[in-house]
Amino acid sequence: MGSLEEFADPSRLYGAARRARIALDAARDQIARHIGGRAEEIVFTSGGTESCNLAISGGALAAAAARRPKRILVSAIEHTAVLEAARRLEGFETVELACSSTGIVDLSALRAECVAGAGLVSIQMANQEIGTLQPIAEAAAIAREAGALFHTDACMAVGNVPVDVRGLGVDLLSASAHKAYGPRGVGALWVRRGVRVRPMLVGDDRERGRRAGMENLPAIVGWAAALGARAAELDVEAQRLSLLAERLRAQLPVVLDDVVVHGDPSECLPGLVSFSVLYVEGETLLLGLDEKGIAVHSGSSCTSSTQEPSHVLAAIGALTQGSIRVSMGRDTTDSDIDVFLRELPPVVARARALASGKA
Amino acid sequence: MADVVIDCLGEFCPMPVIKLNKAVEKAAPGTTIEILSDDEGSKVDIPVWCRMRGQELVSQEARDGGWAFVVKVA
Repeated sequence: MGSLEEFADPSRLYGAARRARIALDAARDQIARHIGGRAEEIVFTSGGTESCNLAISGGALAAAAARRPKRILVSAIEHTAVLEAARRLEGFETVELACSSTGIVDLSALRAECVAGAGLVSIQMANQEIGTLQPIAEAAAIAREAGALFHTDACMAVGNVPVDVRGLGVDLLSASAHKAYGPRGVGALWVRRGVRVRPMLVGDDRERGRRAGMENLPAIVGWAAALGARAAELDVEAQRLSLLAERLRAQLPVVLDDVVVHGDPSECLPGLVSFSVLYVEGETLLLGLDEKGIAVHSGSSCTSSTQEPSHVLAAIGALTQGSIRVSMGRDTTDSDIDVFLRELPPVVARARALASGKA
Repeated sequence: MADVVIDCLGEFCPMPVIKLNKAVEKAAPGTTIEILSDDEGSKVDIPVWCRMRGQELVSQEARDGGWAFVVKVA
């Protein structure tokens, strides 16, 4: 990791700068190869949010400049980095495509909306709250047939499940380092050769004129190293985590009354289980579990007047109250699942008694 | 006009669903219960609760900046 010491600007010509350029090029090549792309197709960004923002606004504006319809099609359960970027584009119409109760996007609706006209289609590879994997190759083929650009937000996927941009047939793909053990503050937008995106950040010609600003070299080199390590363990880890997730999914309704497990049991990220518990505030559950040393997240609307229910759970018509998302990773063991299944029921019982007392 | 009206305006989830559940448990089959809620979560969770509990959601309409749901007790 000598590159972490390289502080020089990779765009300059002196020796230290050339060393920085060599490190940047090697990392770019490794990250590109991890997703089946070419080095020159990678645009480094500050993370998944910027990648998605650039894909949506840069892709839609480039499509409009090529006289494509000013219509953006997105699944209703996209990350807000995609949804908000699409909604704020002036002069564009955003159409949200319905998803099944397990979160799979309705491909016939996509086909119909593509026929009606689309400049850009954006469907995520894996959902951040319920883990559902989308049929990206099929969706991208539908968009391509209609002449629309296709972006997939693969921030949850890259480094966690195999991703191959050529096999998927996408034009743009967003990736983030920190979702798969890389450093924070770095991501990339993969842009298929020949596809244009209008830059959001301007001021120099770095990243082939698609994203101005100094590359975050130490983070980029760290990301490449993390992806390299992940590639070696991806299959084994996916298999191991799938078994843990399967056990959790099966056991939750056994240890708890009135629990709903979300997502698609087969088309899903290996390490994510999401569920909702009736008659409780999600935040009370989080705090109760935190006291037991268990860190989980909630997409619940409860406890705060300003929070809204998870748009993902609302869009698939799933129970939004008492929602819990369990993210498992390389450090999660079988006995962690035992502990979770043991600690959860009393925490839920206490939270329910508390909520019922207030009613 | 429903037999029972529960006003949950200004209350946050999961209160509306808890109050609806308590009212349904006390009511005789066929009773209609109207519940008013302006909590965004209720818009999703009350229909889901009816499905989970096998209760009939007779109607759902926007009212008073929130929604009015009518449930018929099974």
